[in-house]
Amino acid sequence: MSNKDWPLWEVFIRSKQGLDHKHAGSLHAADAQMAIENARDVYTRRMEGISIWVVESKYIHASNPAEGSSFYDPANDKAYRHPTFYDLPDELRNM
Amino acid sequence: MAEQQEKIFQDKVDHEIRIEPKDWMPDQYRKTLIRQMSQHAHSEIVGMLPEGNWITRAPSLRRKATLIAKVQDEAGHGLYLYSAAETLGISRAEMIDQLHSGKTKYSSIFNYPTLTWADIGAIGWLVDGAAIMNQVPLCRASYGPYARAMIRICKEESFHQRQGFEILLTLSKGSEEQKRMCQDAIDRWWWPAVMMFGPNDESSPHTKQSVAWKIKRFTNDELRQKFIDVCAEQVHILGMKIPDPDLKWNEQTKHYDFGAINWDEFWNVVNGNGPCNKERLAARIKAHEEGAWVREAAIAYAEKKKRKEKVIA
Repeated sequence: MSNKDWPLWEVFIRSKQGLDHKHAGSLHAADAQMAIENARDVYTRRMEGISIWVVESKYIHASNPAEGSSFYDPANDKAYRHPTFYDLPDELRNM
Repeated sequence: MAEQQEKIFQDKVDHEIRIEPKDWMPDQYRKTLIRQMSQHAHSEIVGMLPEGNWITRAPSLRRKATLIAKVQDEAGHGLYLYSAAETLGISRAEMIDQLHSGKTKYSSIFNYPTLTWADIGAIGWLVDGAAIMNQVPLCRASYGPYARAMIRICKEESFHQRQGFEILLTLSKGSEEQKRMCQDAIDRWWWPAVMMFGPNDESSPHTKQSVAWKIKRFTNDELRQKFIDVCAEQVHILGMKIPDPDLKWNEQTKHYDFGAINWDEFWNVVNGNGPCNKERLAARIKAHEEGAWVREAAIAYAEKKKRKEKVIA
């Protein structure tokens, strides 16, 4: 008897037209078609989606959380990228 | 180094920053989560068995459709939790093996039999009610994937409890025999449901650490009291009785006092000697073994398809 798991897939669901696909969770399936059908049964039993993406988990590459502070450091000291950085008089309207 | 990492970890937890799969975490935190989440997943899966017993005998098409949907939800909940647990580095196959070998447990409540249709109502009201009491605080658990799975589960669980109460309410307005059936189901499920919150706080050695790690937000006894307070009121709507002569409103504590819990029975069922322990595990193992050829065939088919695609390309 084989005790090997089917490959793991990550599931992304678009909840309605106009919105992004969002990560919903993961599941096991033998191939992509089965992964999509299983995702429908596991993650959209109450009409939570109108479109499903699946990708085998092994193809996902992630940034390293341990390097978080240095990795995002370049954006840290650039408050001038935000609109609130600029001193403007209160009487200025529609901006 | 490890000490410093542990401090960073605890700081995050204290500040309600969720821990994610690739973040550093203490080994014991990982182990505790794997144990708790896999037990929780197993409970959802084994929990399909007592209810599945009544699908073919549901009294109407409406009840049958509802029960099928509920049992299918339980399967879904098991799958959310298994995949959340897998992010901690344990494989699905290992977890299933541990269930089958008895190394990890599932909730003892599912080792009780469903003798009449009223039991389906009592399970919805009491068993799912107790589960919800436990699960709502878990939506804020410190481990991100667990918390997210619990949010999904809690959203779906609410209908489970309501459909159960509706079944009991219908029976409570029925014939004398139906009323008796309703009371009998409550009598049999009440104490096992009260025990679902686990041992008393003083005999629950892991609680303190789990609260510090914000895996648990309330102790077993706090949740149990909350559950009893709610049910003691709800039972009036059914015109039924809770089988506890000591159940009484306490003006001072603003809670219901309740009678002594039979912990011998609790441990007896946990240790494998409940009415249905052997039957439940045997049913799971049989389904797994008899489904092996399906899992193998699906893999063989996927591989064959891949080879054909390569030839065409």
